[in-house]
Amino acid sequence: MTTLLSLDRRTFLKTGAAAGTGLLIGFHLPTFAESAEDQEKKNPNPLNAWVHITPDNHVSLILGKSEMGQGIMTALPMILAEELSLDWDKIKIEQAPTNPAIYEHGTGGSGSIAGSYLPLRRAGAAAREMLVSAAAQRWNVNRDTCKAADGGVLHGARKNFLTYGELAEDAAKLPIPDFKTVPLKNSEDFTIVGHDKRRYEGNAKATGKAIFGIDSHVPGMQYAVIARCPIFGGKVKSFDAAKAKAVPGVKDIIQIDAVGEGAFSAGGVAVLAENSWAAMQGRKALQITWDEGPHAAESTDWLRKQFLENAAKPGKVIRNDGDADAAISGAAKKVEATYEFPFAAHATMEPMNCTVHIRPDGAEAWVPTQAPQWAQDIIVGISKLPRESVIVHTTLMGGGFGRRYMGDFVMEAAQIAKVTGKPVQVLWTREDDMQHDFYRPASYHKLSGGVDTQGNLAAWKHFQTSTSIDAMWSKNGAEHPENSEFATALFIPYVTPNYRVEYTLAQSGVPRAWWRSVEHSSSGFIVECFVDELAAAAGADPYEFRLKLIGDDRKIPDFTNPKEGKPLDTARLKNVLKIAADKGDWGKPVPKGIGRGIAAYFSFESYTACVADVSVKNGAVKVHRLAYAVDCGRPINPEGIRAQVESAAIYGLSASLHDAITIKGGRVEQANFNDYQMPRIADTPKTEVHVVMSKEEPTGIGEPGLPVVTASVCNAIYALTKKRIRRLPIRGEDLA
Amino acid sequence: MAVTFTLNGKSQTVEVDPQMPLLWVLRDTLNMTGTKFGCGMALCGACTVHINGEASRSCITPISAVAGKKIMTIEGLSADGSHPVQQAWMEEDVPQCGYCQSGQIMSAVALLSKKPKPTDADIDDFMSGNICRCGTYQRIRKAIHRAADLQTSKSKSA
Repeated sequence: MTTLLSLDRRTFLKTGAAAGTGLLIGFHLPTFAESAEDQEKKNPNPLNAWVHITPDNHVSLILGKSEMGQGIMTALPMILAEELSLDWDKIKIEQAPTNPAIYEHGTGGSGSIAGSYLPLRRAGAAAREMLVSAAAQRWNVNRDTCKAADGGVLHGARKNFLTYGELAEDAAKLPIPDFKTVPLKNSEDFTIVGHDKRRYEGNAKATGKAIFGIDSHVPGMQYAVIARCPIFGGKVKSFDAAKAKAVPGVKDIIQIDAVGEGAFSAGGVAVLAENSWAAMQGRKALQITWDEGPHAAESTDWLRKQFLENAAKPGKVIRNDGDADAAISGAAKKVEATYEFPFAAHATMEPMNCTVHIRPDGAEAWVPTQAPQWAQDIIVGISKLPRESVIVHTTLMGGGFGRRYMGDFVMEAAQIAKVTGKPVQVLWTREDDMQHDFYRPASYHKLSGGVDTQGNLAAWKHFQTSTSIDAMWSKNGAEHPENSEFATALFIPYVTPNYRVEYTLAQSGVPRAWWRSVEHSSSGFIVECFVDELAAAAGADPYEFRLKLIGDDRKIPDFTNPKEGKPLDTARLKNVLKIAADKGDWGKPVPKGIGRGIAAYFSFESYTACVADVSVKNGAVKVHRLAYAVDCGRPINPEGIRAQVESAAIYGLSASLHDAITIKGGRVEQANFNDYQMPRIADTPKTEVHVVMSKEEPTGIGEPGLPVVTASVCNAIYALTKKRIRRLPIRGEDLA
Repeated sequence: MAVTFTLNGKSQTVEVDPQMPLLWVLRDTLNMTGTKFGCGMALCGACTVHINGEASRSCITPISAVAGKKIMTIEGLSADGSHPVQQAWMEEDVPQCGYCQSGQIMSAVALLSKKPKPTDADIDDFMSGNICRCGTYQRIRKAIHRAADLQTSKSKSA
């Protein structure tokens, strides 16, 4: 099960959370009440851990996850507030302190809602039951005659009402109900969950008052920028700081070491100054000689050559049903295609940063992180202080997308803070961010398939070679590098008796990590474009072909995690496909000059389908319209779900409409938004998101909107031009 | 070097390197962090402020260049978020991570001051310098139209 032999269990859990089910076979995002560790935990007092109520009736709900734009600061408290029968508009949100005994801090893998729904309901219900009991005792009545309503407890017959504030002190002293048996509200009675709520922190974000990590300001704080070796794996050989020290405002120059597995920080020379600008000027004046390390010859061309060499040989067999080769050679229609993906950068709008103060008696940090527990681990490790004296404040984040699950920027700030003993803010420039990211892996795929005379899928064969994420983490050189690279591509919904998947690891010195939707970003594209190619070969309508191949209602086990992963429910997949087709006018006349394409996919235990309308002009693609249908189980905040899908669509297009991260001389060639361009407002299609009002358990939505967008767009390009786009980003020459 | 300018209606003097961009004077010297750093090259618009009423990228504007000029930042738009553009932003639930939104809002205010009733094409054109990595563009478009309506009804009732 574990490929992360060198990591302790806590880090292991967090890493699993970041990658969803893809990174760790057999591992499922733990929930507060279910993980093995937690079974030993006592139920915390919910009136301390999850709800703070003051005697004057100010209610705060405690947020144990990180807000990076995905709306968790709104949706998770909605769940707590629902069980507490609170007035949503009056509550406040507090960020939870790092405490692994209570909170599952890691925020990733689109797992916050799925993992928190039941635990938060139980915590909210337990708090409510304690408050009701306190009221019954106060009134000396049977507690069955009391009920929670409107932020207090009501005794109907007597018309007595006590606010939670009036009851909180007594309630907190009562026995804590067993979270597993505490009565939960009937979902039919929900008044908050399932209803549109505006973003909790919307006002703060519209007025500039929201405090992000980069806005942390500690008295006496120094600002640091770091010169890192531009070549991955390179180190400082020697440096001359004389000119940098002469820059007005520069206070100090400190060399920090690279830290390997776990932190993956590059090390380098830090320039500390009285403001960010002076630190940047100081860095420009540094004279550094680099030891270029083992990857100085790496390039995108070299990597592609490696891909082609790997693809010419058989790979490790990951799945093998029937005999795909024989079935393909005997099939009525055969299709072969290769697909290529470059590295992709996260490019969060807020560049990486971290503010740390390490004193002799304790430490405090302000970190825009998806993994605050890990940040604490790093600072504890560097400072050698006891854990309880290291306080980590999780700030708002200007985007995360997986990048802020890493600990490199925390390590750098901790290393500097340990030396200076003063508060320091490490700030990355855009160039630092672009050139020292942990990139979405580059990959190369060879697909072959066959369709029989009845239009059934005779065989599906998929070979992949890539610069695996897992390979970065496994000590002995990638024991199971494929674990992070396939996901749903290992259990496609299209019925075939002959199904073979192979994998070969490609070597690279370029750091990789989880980029929004992780392996699904490539798997979704490949599966949904190749099935479209098969439909065309069969002479079938792409929508009808999918419905036919998905076939009967059934549940397909998660191939990598059959015991704990939720199976793919084909009825739900067909449902979103039908809704998207209906809303996207599938089968209706298409305006002149427009192509229409479709895609449907299962990821993060959620179902998405999309119909795209595109046009092609002067070697460029314009996406006019996206009609999405999504089923992520019971919607908590439908408006938040729509926003996330709109967002994932644009994020997906960012890696397909414009630029790639390319490597030359062991370094990234792009540096800023001029050579790594982002979609802008004019690139934005009219996007509609139809949310299925399901009663199934809630599942993820931060990422599932992404895998279908580029597939539906490229399938639309084919419908218009008969050109198949098989490498990303889309190039003018591939449209001609 | 001492530089004096008007910041959100009040006179402000700072003693800094004349080449220091306005962005860093606002953020680090004056601790006004509503204006954001995104790229340092006027490519993303996160640092947008108004200089004499024009939307400008503070990350490439040396402080010496704003001597005697009127600067407005997101903090100067309204104390409580009551500006029509801010209201529209909240009503359309535009922000996600929110990091780029100060710059988006400052650009939108500048657009509406020039074109009180912009078309989609006007919006796409004027707002093209502001990147949103969360892809909230569709809502930005809607919010600008809504703000235009709010401003019209406000001026009518006034």
